[in-house]
Amino acid sequence: MVRHCELCKAKRAALVRPRNRQQVCKDCFYTAFEEEIHQTIVDNKLFNRGDRVAVAASGGKDSTVLAHVLTLLNKRHDYGLDLFLLSIDEGIAGYRDDSLETVKRNETQYGIPLEVVSYKTLYNWTMDEIVKEIGLKNNCTFCGVFRRQALDRGAAKMKAVKMATGHNADDVAETILLNIVRGDIARLARCTSIITGEEGALPRCKPFKYTYEKEIVMYAYFKKLDYFSTECTYSPNAYRGFAREFIKDLEAIRPQAILDIISSGERFRIDSTAKMPEQGLCERCGYISSQKWCKACVLLDGLNRGLPKLGITRTRGKGLANGVENASGGGKLASKDDRSPSKANIDF
Amino acid sequence: MHLTLEFGGGLELLFGSQKKHEVEVTSPDDLKEVTMESLLSWIKDNLIKERPEMFVKESSVRPGVLVLINDSDWELCGRLETVLEENDEVIFISTLHGG
Repeated sequence: MVRHCELCKAKRAALVRPRNRQQVCKDCFYTAFEEEIHQTIVDNKLFNRGDRVAVAASGGKDSTVLAHVLTLLNKRHDYGLDLFLLSIDEGIAGYRDDSLETVKRNETQYGIPLEVVSYKTLYNWTMDEIVKEIGLKNNCTFCGVFRRQALDRGAAKMKAVKMATGHNADDVAETILLNIVRGDIARLARCTSIITGEEGALPRCKPFKYTYEKEIVMYAYFKKLDYFSTECTYSPNAYRGFAREFIKDLEAIRPQAILDIISSGERFRIDSTAKMPEQGLCERCGYISSQKWCKACVLLDGLNRGLPKLGITRTRGKGLANGVENASGGGKLASKDDRSPSKANIDF
Repeated sequence: MHLTLEFGGGLELLFGSQKKHEVEVTSPDDLKEVTMESLLSWIKDNLIKERPEMFVKESSVRPGVLVLINDSDWELCGRLETVLEENDEVIFISTLHGG
């Protein structure tokens, strides 16, 4: 039985859109997909004319489609943006080297230049080396914290004024759930913002905030876009996996739930009595931080001093004595260095 | 019946790193039609090389795996109840990986 597209009534329907269960043909899908993203960009004023924008690109499905769609919309609607691809090499053999090959191909395919920043250069540690040091638990924390900074530094080096990431609706819904489950009120308050870091030098935005992951994959499939799709070697141990599994099960029953979770998240108002961290600058590197030292510095310090749990385990009880004990995961005494960050209130 | 199966988005790793498979599928009772449900069962029993839980969950695909039958979303033709025909092309794409 051939079903016809509900929009053009002419061509054969190729997919069912999760947001509204509409049955659409490929061409109507492309138009709806692209123009909805254009509307998100315009409604939320994500860019200004002349902006030099770093497109965070990993070679994966979201960033590849992001690069493709931004390039297309930039031309079609004359945004006047100066786009380039920014990639991070975390040093994960067999995973990252392969996906970087994909981004190099994207550079040619979309005609926008590519910049690669590596953990080795920035931190003198690759993820593989970090995992050897700390094991398979908590390595995603290191990677996430380091990558965020690496992207900012790479973008700044390339004189970008903004960054665009490929986070999609499924990702945002997962993050909202994760933050609720962890009781992380500060992050819960921030995680639905489509633009973050506006007070800093490099705001970043999520043009795909309302775009379903299913549609990103279908778009890439139908348009034969070149992307890399293997799970990071270390991801089976990531906590986010539970939120992802749950969201996928929810989507199977009621696909609109994903956008509804985002909508709920956007409407959360934080109780004024909740204690929120204040934003300052890291004493060691100048990066934005709510603590004396930013998370990356704390983690790096721990790695370099052979104290892998520094910045990971939550201290128990009051006072520095307890903090010192906890930080010395391997039974070694931490140094009584006065310049060390206050170990008593690491926020995880 | 003869079917062409394709696995993408990382799923190929469960099938000996081979993306495309030409297969001959028979339903348990030869007179019955081959539905998507019976195909999944057949794949689990005959084709998948490792970690079936990454591909199937209960009697359906693992949530996060997209299915296309002859280049169309299986949501259009009844998902598990879709009746397959000779030479149909079924594509499975996983979305469960980094972006």
